[in-house]
Amino acid sequence: MLLSDLKIQEKAEIKAIRVSGRQGRRLLDLGFIPGTIIKAIRKSPLGDPVAYRIKGTVLALRKEETDLIEIRRIE
Amino acid sequence: MALYADSLALNLLRKNFNISNDDNKPIIALAGNPNTGKSTIFNGLTGLRQHTGNWPGKTVGRAEGYFKYKEEEFLIIDLPGTYSLLANSTEELIARDFICFARPDLTLVVADATNLERNLNLVLQVLELSTNTILVLNLLDEARRKGIKIDVKKLEACLQVPVIPAVAREGLGLEEIKKTCYQISKEKIKIKGFKITYSREIEEKIEELIPLLKRKLPFLQKRINWRWLALRLLEGDKTILASINTYYPIYQERVNIFQKGEVQLDGFNQVWLK
Repeated sequence: MLLSDLKIQEKAEIKAIRVSGRQGRRLLDLGFIPGTIIKAIRKSPLGDPVAYRIKGTVLALRKEETDLIEIRRIE
Repeated sequence: MALYADSLALNLLRKNFNISNDDNKPIIALAGNPNTGKSTIFNGLTGLRQHTGNWPGKTVGRAEGYFKYKEEEFLIIDLPGTYSLLANSTEELIARDFICFARPDLTLVVADATNLERNLNLVLQVLELSTNTILVLNLLDEARRKGIKIDVKKLEACLQVPVIPAVAREGLGLEEIKKTCYQISKEKIKIKGFKITYSREIEEKIEELIPLLKRKLPFLQKRINWRWLALRLLEGDKTILASINTYYPIYQERVNIFQKGEVQLDGFNQVWLK
């Protein structure tokens, strides 16, 4: 399952980042590290980007990026 | 004599960052994530003895100032607030190049005590690049209000750098910061600094790459942290080569062999994310 499939108010654990190099590094720097718990907070009016709570901060990602992050949903 | 030539060359290099330091004051870089109270600490340390401007050639604000402890005067440069030092943005590029090439005598990293985990990323990256680092744990009052307790002694033992709790808004911790800077400049405190050990695969590549770098880029001897440079190249970071070209323009040909792929570096990216 990808982060882009996560619905608002749902929680998930990050499993893997499917991109290497600079873009992958960037996601890691922002806290998108395998094992981290993430929660979808809200959508922007057009549905993209989406805001997520991760490691104590709210960050918004576009679909291009959330398509690169593999997750496992947790109840 | 060699020492004199060295400090002359360093001062010349530091001019690229608009730093005139002809009287050889210790230089302190102030780094930290955005919104950690970095500027409050900067203002608290320097008071009115500061001036602001831009980084050379960039529309990113820059502040520098002075503070004194006992007889020693320090020049402190406020770096842009960043989450990382890996040159993803202009701000990060400036912060990285400053620490890497202007080689401050000391780096202060300000971390938000309410969100330490996120902030430690930058702390570790700074530590990889330069050992002389002090961690300032700011916003400690807010952390306490949120019920967060931080074991400063243990953090100090883990990171092997001085850790100073602070509430910059109320001026708490500033004297301690000045005192620690002073003690380090007088070599009364020796900082060991925590170093990350990577997987065997990566460590082997580093071992392989360092002698090669030393051979091909001898002008960087004592001017760069070889291990750090090797890590950046293994990561596929080309911006560091561009920066070397900027600050050592006469050696471009030597640097370019790494860019043209005469020395093969690709393919290590994959091990990284494992």
